[in-house]
Amino acid sequence: MTGSAGSPVAGLPADGQPAAASSAAPVTPPVTAAATSGANGKGTLDGELLLRAEHVTKHFPVRKGILLQREVARVHAVDDVSIELRAGETLGLVGESGCGKSTLARCIARLYPLTSGSIVFEGQDISRLSRRKLRPVRRELQMVFQDPYASLNPRKRVGAIISNPLRIHKLGDRKKIKRRVGELLELVGLSPEHVNRYPHEFSGGQRQRIGVARALALQPRLIIADEPVSALDVSIRAQVINLLDDLQDEFHLTYIFIAHDLGVVRHVSDRIAVMYLGKIVEVSPGEELYKRPIHPYTEALLSAVPIPDPDLATERKQIVLEGDVPSPISPPSGCRFHPRCRYATEICAQQEPPLVEHGAGHLAACHHPLAADAADGPA
Amino acid sequence: MTAETLLEVRDLKVSFRTEDGLIQAVDGVSLSLSEGETLGIVGESGSGKSVTMMSVMRLINDPNAHFEGEVVYKGRDLMKLTRDQMRKIRGSGIAMIFQDPMTSLNPVYRIGWQIAEQIQAHEQISKRAARARAVELLTAVGIPHAAERVDNYPHQFSGGMRQRVMIAMAISCNPDILIADEPTTALDVTIQAQILSLIRKLKNDFGTAVVLITHDMGVVADLADKIAVMYAGRIVEQGDRRDVFYDAQHPYTWGLLGSIARLDRPKPRRLSTIPGLPPSLLRLPPGCAFGDRCAHRFDRCDERPALLAKVGDGHLDACHLDIEKKKELRETTIHPELIEEAK
Repeated sequence: MTGSAGSPVAGLPADGQPAAASSAAPVTPPVTAAATSGANGKGTLDGELLLRAEHVTKHFPVRKGILLQREVARVHAVDDVSIELRAGETLGLVGESGCGKSTLARCIARLYPLTSGSIVFEGQDISRLSRRKLRPVRRELQMVFQDPYASLNPRKRVGAIISNPLRIHKLGDRKKIKRRVGELLELVGLSPEHVNRYPHEFSGGQRQRIGVARALALQPRLIIADEPVSALDVSIRAQVINLLDDLQDEFHLTYIFIAHDLGVVRHVSDRIAVMYLGKIVEVSPGEELYKRPIHPYTEALLSAVPIPDPDLATERKQIVLEGDVPSPISPPSGCRFHPRCRYATEICAQQEPPLVEHGAGHLAACHHPLAADAADGPA
Repeated sequence: MTAETLLEVRDLKVSFRTEDGLIQAVDGVSLSLSEGETLGIVGESGSGKSVTMMSVMRLINDPNAHFEGEVVYKGRDLMKLTRDQMRKIRGSGIAMIFQDPMTSLNPVYRIGWQIAEQIQAHEQISKRAARARAVELLTAVGIPHAAERVDNYPHQFSGGMRQRVMIAMAISCNPDILIADEPTTALDVTIQAQILSLIRKLKNDFGTAVVLITHDMGVVADLADKIAVMYAGRIVEQGDRRDVFYDAQHPYTWGLLGSIARLDRPKPRRLSTIPGLPPSLLRLPPGCAFGDRCAHRFDRCDERPALLAKVGDGHLDACHLDIEKKKELRETTIHPELIEEAK
């Protein structure tokens, strides 16, 4: 398994094993294997493959000129990322701003067209579907956005906001929809009497609950939550996280949970993928990542999280990363983290490290993996 | 504390007249800051932490704002100073940095010019010397190639670098006090670590006293000597860092500590939460402002608790609960996972 992670061989094992290790589902051989699309996917059982993103690449062109818009450069927002998602699990996606985690999520939800690569959702390749063909897929795949102020139309009443997906998909008559909206509001901890209010009458945390209710309206299988609690105060944050937790238990939801707060991600995730400059650098079962980070970037990221305990905070040696994240327009050669890495050697600048396995379901892309020996023991 | 008191806020009250009524943003806050000390003010949005410090700096010019109380800096009450006198203190005596460095820098001027302008406003110094100082300062706050970057515009810097520029500007006239209002909230964790270590370095090198306003208990755990916890415009608990973290007395502080998803502890099955929402500042309850959300509320909570030192010198809290009783209650709130393990 040498050569760049761009080769199909290196990309594939990326994520197959993790959940497979714990469940009965075998590592799925190439693309179309999982659930048949006929039953609209509702047949997929917990632990089975729900979504598979393969070599997903998203470049944004940088254009110059007024009439003839020449493309002068490309922002490599997501570069050859492969990831799998199993029904019922929560995949945490972490990384600093600009690492491509939101872009990846939006590619998966098909809010952006892909530059290349494919997304197989419930056995169906959705990466090239037309808008119309995408509609039934959207019923199964919903998003919750970061900013509860910007993601709700200020001129629409809460009832209209939540019922909109139901009306688009023509699910029931007015009466039925009205009843459903009441149920949804109750489900997310708001009062059904609130249907006639406008978003500005709610606090940030309540608005985020409205966003969750809207995502739930179509009873999706997968919810992609893009920094759903980052804009909220700590005490409210915990409320929303617990709500998402409860809903997952009740409706067997699968989550992709994007956050930059490693504490929150640890709390919600079964598996975590760490991104840096458009690449996944490490994928690991939840707790394992915190106990035994393998990629130096993960190590630094964990070490940068402030600990709310004065004695521990004074004691521990923090790794302070130098400099900023480099520009994704011209990412560094070889390992993209090498200019900021304290373990970097020559090879890191020349060769891109592939994602390889270091113990059960724990993958990292690094030439000098940390704690790699420990992995060989009985995991 | 043997160091001399630099700044003392006495019973500060700030209210705003609005269409809907009077908003009591700060409701009787008293604080003190000694030389070289770092005070962390923790609270959620709307708790009045920023308004308190903006009032200290006299930066609130709203005609509907009403101020009461004293802010004594080096023996002078800042509330009584004229605008010109106050301007001399800002920058050279007390400097402030804000959460969003993009909106606090002027986008149409080069950063070197902006720093030099400030130095020239406070000191008799030539343009050239001021510019040289700007380069020195930018180097001191860790901006690489400062001699070239001094001619860049704010948009040419990243968020972390902009915050460094703000800090360079803030320390340009050697202030005694640096007020940092959520300096790292808009930044990524790795950049946050850089900025916090920079603030720590300044503190150690120049002996600057720092007031750090934040909502993140993690940030103050490492940096602050003293901590004040604010809720609905009032201080509910105040004390040395260790007291507040290890011997917290107010149920709101417990709630704050308990609701953090922590990396240094085993993962709890559920995060403990504070139920409900903060009260509206338009209609603060007559009793304890936290009463409605408090799990341990009893009759006396209808009367407003005073901020008193009940457990030791310098550790104040505003809660009616009995000290002994609190010890038991606290454990279940802050460490639910420990309770679960014991079961």
